[in-house]
Amino acid sequence: MSTTTVGGPPGTGADRAKRWYRARRSLQGVSFVLPNFLGFGLLTLGPVVALFYVSFTNWNVFGKAKWIGLDNFTRLLGDSSFHRALLNTLYYSAFHIPLTLAVSLGLALLLNRKLRGVAFFRTAAFFPYITSIVAIAIAWNLLFSRDAGPINQVLGLFGVDDPPGWTASSDWAMPAVIIVGVWREMGYYMLLFLAGLQTVPPELHEAARIDGANAWQRFRNVTLPCLRPTTFFVTVMLTIGSFKVFDLILVMTNGGPGQSTLVLSQYIYQKGLVENRFGYASAISVVLFALCMAVTVVQFAVNRRRNA
Amino acid sequence: MAAPHTLPDLATPDLPPTAPDAPPGRRGGRLPAFGRVLGYAVLAVAAAGLLLPFFWMISSSLKTNSGVFSIPVTWLPDSPQWGNYAEIWRISDMLTWLKNTVFLSVVVTLLQLFTGSFAAYGFAKARFPGRNLLFLVYIGTIAVPWQAYMIPQFIMMSEVGLTNTPWSIIALQAFSAFGVFLMRQYYLTIPDELCEAARVDGLSEYGIYFRIMLPLSVPALASLALLTFVTTWNDYLGPLIYLRDPDLWTIQLGLKSFVSEYNAEHALIMTGSVLSVVPIAVVFLLGQKYFVQGIATSGLKG
Repeated sequence: MSTTTVGGPPGTGADRAKRWYRARRSLQGVSFVLPNFLGFGLLTLGPVVALFYVSFTNWNVFGKAKWIGLDNFTRLLGDSSFHRALLNTLYYSAFHIPLTLAVSLGLALLLNRKLRGVAFFRTAAFFPYITSIVAIAIAWNLLFSRDAGPINQVLGLFGVDDPPGWTASSDWAMPAVIIVGVWREMGYYMLLFLAGLQTVPPELHEAARIDGANAWQRFRNVTLPCLRPTTFFVTVMLTIGSFKVFDLILVMTNGGPGQSTLVLSQYIYQKGLVENRFGYASAISVVLFALCMAVTVVQFAVNRRRNA
Repeated sequence: MAAPHTLPDLATPDLPPTAPDAPPGRRGGRLPAFGRVLGYAVLAVAAAGLLLPFFWMISSSLKTNSGVFSIPVTWLPDSPQWGNYAEIWRISDMLTWLKNTVFLSVVVTLLQLFTGSFAAYGFAKARFPGRNLLFLVYIGTIAVPWQAYMIPQFIMMSEVGLTNTPWSIIALQAFSAFGVFLMRQYYLTIPDELCEAARVDGLSEYGIYFRIMLPLSVPALASLALLTFVTTWNDYLGPLIYLRDPDLWTIQLGLKSFVSEYNAEHALIMTGSVLSVVPIAVVFLLGQKYFVQGIATSGLKG
């Protein structure tokens, strides 16, 4: 790459032409990104930055924003509904993340073999993920009905005399939501794992087999290490997805019964868009934001150390 | 970000398995056969678990209202109530909801195809100062949940008077970072020499984009189009927050309100649900391959 001297005597004609050519290319490059960036900057980047400002004010529906410093955050410390929402979000994540990981990886391993019907199954597994949350939640809610719902009838066949009340019971509503969450998302992550499995070199398996490794040992020592980039990506996506869980809960249980399935996103919605307390809701949003960032950073750090 | 960008074609049935079965005769035929049977058994159970809810949804949509919760469960109604599918149009505003949803989904998809692929060209093939940094910012926001900034976004939208208009949803969905990312990953697989040669031949950057890149990236455009269409169609939160006027409701909002209004009409509720899913099912079955490729690309980032 030759560089043109800046600020020197006026360059030769060729120099100037080159500089002009380069400036024009930069400008054209910018013009490609600009239409998207205008929308993206205004509607995504702007709000993300504004979030932090709003969280330090008492902005409400009348548009009066007074700077109140950390007041919103100190109030959060004593807000029992907020504590409940935070704990419920962690509850959901603690089960949803490992369950989805295990099921989707298991399905991917199963599908990565020569069995009949695999192509059909791949399609079927992906279908829940692209079906609307509303239709899914409505159907599962009826399936989960306490008295004559198909699920409890099946449980009855297996001798469960006192089946759970699922979404009508404050103890069982969260497990019900977790089941539907795993059911809905496993096909998506299964596809990611399947794509990852394509990158595992068959020679490694062959070599391990010749060395006498059994199927489990091959899985532990060949498949899993080769899948690490995929597993990492899936874990990050799953974590963020679990922390922000919202529409599934909104439609299935609306946070109830009581507050047994109230999660952070829903509490933001309730405070911000139902009660119009923008400042307070933004403070909760900052907590959600920080949670996602913290977990992602930790995961990246752990991943780097393992790779080192 | 240098990842293998060749997309495995996951939609075709005859994949080379990465863990081939034991060569015949090595361990005797019994164990692989047993593993095979077990594999099929697990597959069958998993398929049933995945599809039974849909099956029950369709069969219930054809039952009488009292038949939905019969004991024991009826999987196939004796006399299908096809009338449910006529009734639902009469008692709900299904047509309005569908029209609104189609309008939003189509406009958003077109806009996103254009702005996404245009910007992706800038990030993949053009050079300007700050390009990589800006791209990192794009990627970074994919990790920020929308729920975290929906409040400031709502305030901004209401300041400019866009709330309660379809434009709010269009503005919200048309400029996703995801679309830029997906298209850029694909453009990176197209050799730079191709663009260089076109430049030497005197084609402008815009000419290269329109006449070389766009025609070459049809598979990626199809993936983005399908994923965007489905996302917009299924979106519940955006319309819930921004579209208060019933005339603007999308199918998801309409269905939800229908459920609250007719909460004892279980069969009709299922009929409405089926109707809201059918267009997506058709789109999905037609474009399956592109869905899978789109997902694989977005997951294969290095």
